[in-house]
Amino acid sequence: MEMLRFATAGSVDDGKSTLIGRLLYDTKTIFEDQMEAVERASVQMGTEYTNLALLTDGLRAEREQGITIDVAYRYFATPRRKFIIADTPGHTQYTRNMVTGASTADLAIVLLDARKGVLEQSKRHAFLASLLRIPHLVLAVNKMDLVDYDQTRFEEVKDEFRDFASKLDITDLTFIPVSALHGDNVVDRSPHMGWYEGPSLLHHLEEVHIASDRNHIDTRFPVQYVIRPQSDEYHDYRGYAGTLAGGVLRPGDDVVVLPSGFQSTVKSIETLTGPLEEAFAPMAVTVRLDDEIDISRGDMIVRPNNQPDVSQDVDAMICWMNEKSSLTPSSKLVIKHTTRTTKAIVKDLSYMLDINTLHRDESATELKLNEIGRVQLRTQQPLFFDEYRRNRETGSFIMIDEATNVTVGAGMILGESN
Amino acid sequence: MAYDLTHLRQLEAESIHIFREVAAEFENPCLLFSGGKDSIVMLRLAEKAFWPAKLPFPVMHVDTGHNFPEVLEFRDRRVEELGARLVVASVQDAIDSGKVVEETGPRASRNRLQTTALLDGIAEHRFDALFGGARRDEEKARAKERVYSFRDEFGSWDPKNQRPELWSLYNGRIKQGEHIRVFPISNYTELDIWQYIKEEGIEIPNVYFSHQREVFERDGMLLSTSPFITLMDEEEPFMETVRYRTVGDMSCTGAVESSADTIDKIIDEVAATRITERGATRADDRVSEAAMEDRKKEGYF
Repeated sequence: MEMLRFATAGSVDDGKSTLIGRLLYDTKTIFEDQMEAVERASVQMGTEYTNLALLTDGLRAEREQGITIDVAYRYFATPRRKFIIADTPGHTQYTRNMVTGASTADLAIVLLDARKGVLEQSKRHAFLASLLRIPHLVLAVNKMDLVDYDQTRFEEVKDEFRDFASKLDITDLTFIPVSALHGDNVVDRSPHMGWYEGPSLLHHLEEVHIASDRNHIDTRFPVQYVIRPQSDEYHDYRGYAGTLAGGVLRPGDDVVVLPSGFQSTVKSIETLTGPLEEAFAPMAVTVRLDDEIDISRGDMIVRPNNQPDVSQDVDAMICWMNEKSSLTPSSKLVIKHTTRTTKAIVKDLSYMLDINTLHRDESATELKLNEIGRVQLRTQQPLFFDEYRRNRETGSFIMIDEATNVTVGAGMILGESN
Repeated sequence: MAYDLTHLRQLEAESIHIFREVAAEFENPCLLFSGGKDSIVMLRLAEKAFWPAKLPFPVMHVDTGHNFPEVLEFRDRRVEELGARLVVASVQDAIDSGKVVEETGPRASRNRLQTTALLDGIAEHRFDALFGGARRDEEKARAKERVYSFRDEFGSWDPKNQRPELWSLYNGRIKQGEHIRVFPISNYTELDIWQYIKEEGIEIPNVYFSHQREVFERDGMLLSTSPFITLMDEEEPFMETVRYRTVGDMSCTGAVESSADTIDKIIDEVAATRITERGATRADDRVSEAAMEDRKKEGYF
């Protein structure tokens, strides 16, 4: 069975929680005791119908305030796929939460209200989905029941969104008219929208082609941990454990180790259950080489004819995630990139991006919470990286404040800076 | 050539990555082992992450003293097979030394006392990272918890103030006295766990399979009779064909009526079931709507 991770964005008003509740309910993922709890809570809150939104609002504080605090993960499966939903709230701190949920997503569902059309918020969500390079975007035009399931209204919203999306880098965009409350086009095709010939939302989630989304071209093996059993049986054993961040690796492959530049060949790829003929991203394996080379965590094993950029000067888009501090030129931070942790200094802030208008503000002097900008960094040790658009694993990093140890920023690499 | 991994292999790779990341970045990690199926899967994943080396951390059991004997026997055997070091944080010891006071009455539970024993164990051994087998599908507070869950020097979880967690980049930086709870199987569902147990041929204690047991009914749950629990007046023990969906403290873990005596039958049963495993079998979660959230804030698993 395949696995698909998707993120949902939208506010409570767009019916996002209701949509997720509907997906879980109609795929029979919701259990009787959960449903009873929701029914009890709905009665307590005085809502007329069973409020499916309560299924996803988990914490006491959220139920009390009727908001979603943080990214929540939900699970359901159909006979075809297992799904992981990163459910991100649409209100304040939406950027931080959506970036978090989107970072691992194969697909994003952006919800909007058919009556209201494309709001600034929908544009923000679509922009973030494209910034995070989520390969597939679904625009779910919700509350179709409130516009009499009108095709003309759906087409209007679609055109309006297409206009905006043309400015973004979106590779796969699908529009689906739905009513989350009544279940139209969520799991089954709606009887009310005969004019719509596309798939239901669930059908699309089950069928969308994701197998070729991951990079299987550029071999990247960041060394995570060196395995040295030091037992009699495995006296001289030295294995390099890690997760393939891209490409394929086979025994006999010529490789080069960064940063030393030493060359060797893959002797074997090993697991507890036996050696492998080949390993590919995102498998977690142990690689042994033919030569005794000094390799440690943070090094990267790659192919000689396909190497990543190696540089201490990095050009990146940064999303700032901390409310107590800001990013400024001269900020010093800890960076974690693949298995490498190093210090970095912000050399320059080229611009801050207004995520509503996509306007570049070159006069900006800092990035505050939920702000996004283009930044040049100088790192203490070189990083081995690819453009984020080419590889999400070797093109991403997090920024950590050394004083508080908090994760304060997320970075997507554009390339080497001059 | 298609480079596809099944959902179980993707989940496995993610878990192995997390185990290795912690072993590489922390001074003194430890794996929490309860004897339950989730922690048995955790042991298997840890074994895979470091093979052919032994586990580079000890295994800790927070022992309420109310154990299924089969589970204790299983724990000791498995730890020996792996050549791992076992640390026991004993609730009984905490009671005997007067650190905690045991609840009394027929509904007495040592559930909350586990938190004290756990936090004392962490302090005594100076553990800076603890692997736990919690899954996000189990409970709504857990659905919002990070894979690396930061705990302050009191062991508390602050749901409103969690570190952002992006890609597969985990931030394990802490100060002295703080620690991280690490949940490598966050993204598995109950069904995934059973499918993985089947695919890997993992041995599990026999209380998970259908068997005859003397039980009594309390609050709609079937509890096993045992020296650790006092029957109330109206409670009558009877024999029933049951199995356990979760295995924890005997005094608050309920059995379910079941004839599933093989892994395949268990998978069919889990796939068809209409009640969550904690809802069906855990008295400790029934205390209130936010029982788990409250206990986690205090430092619970």
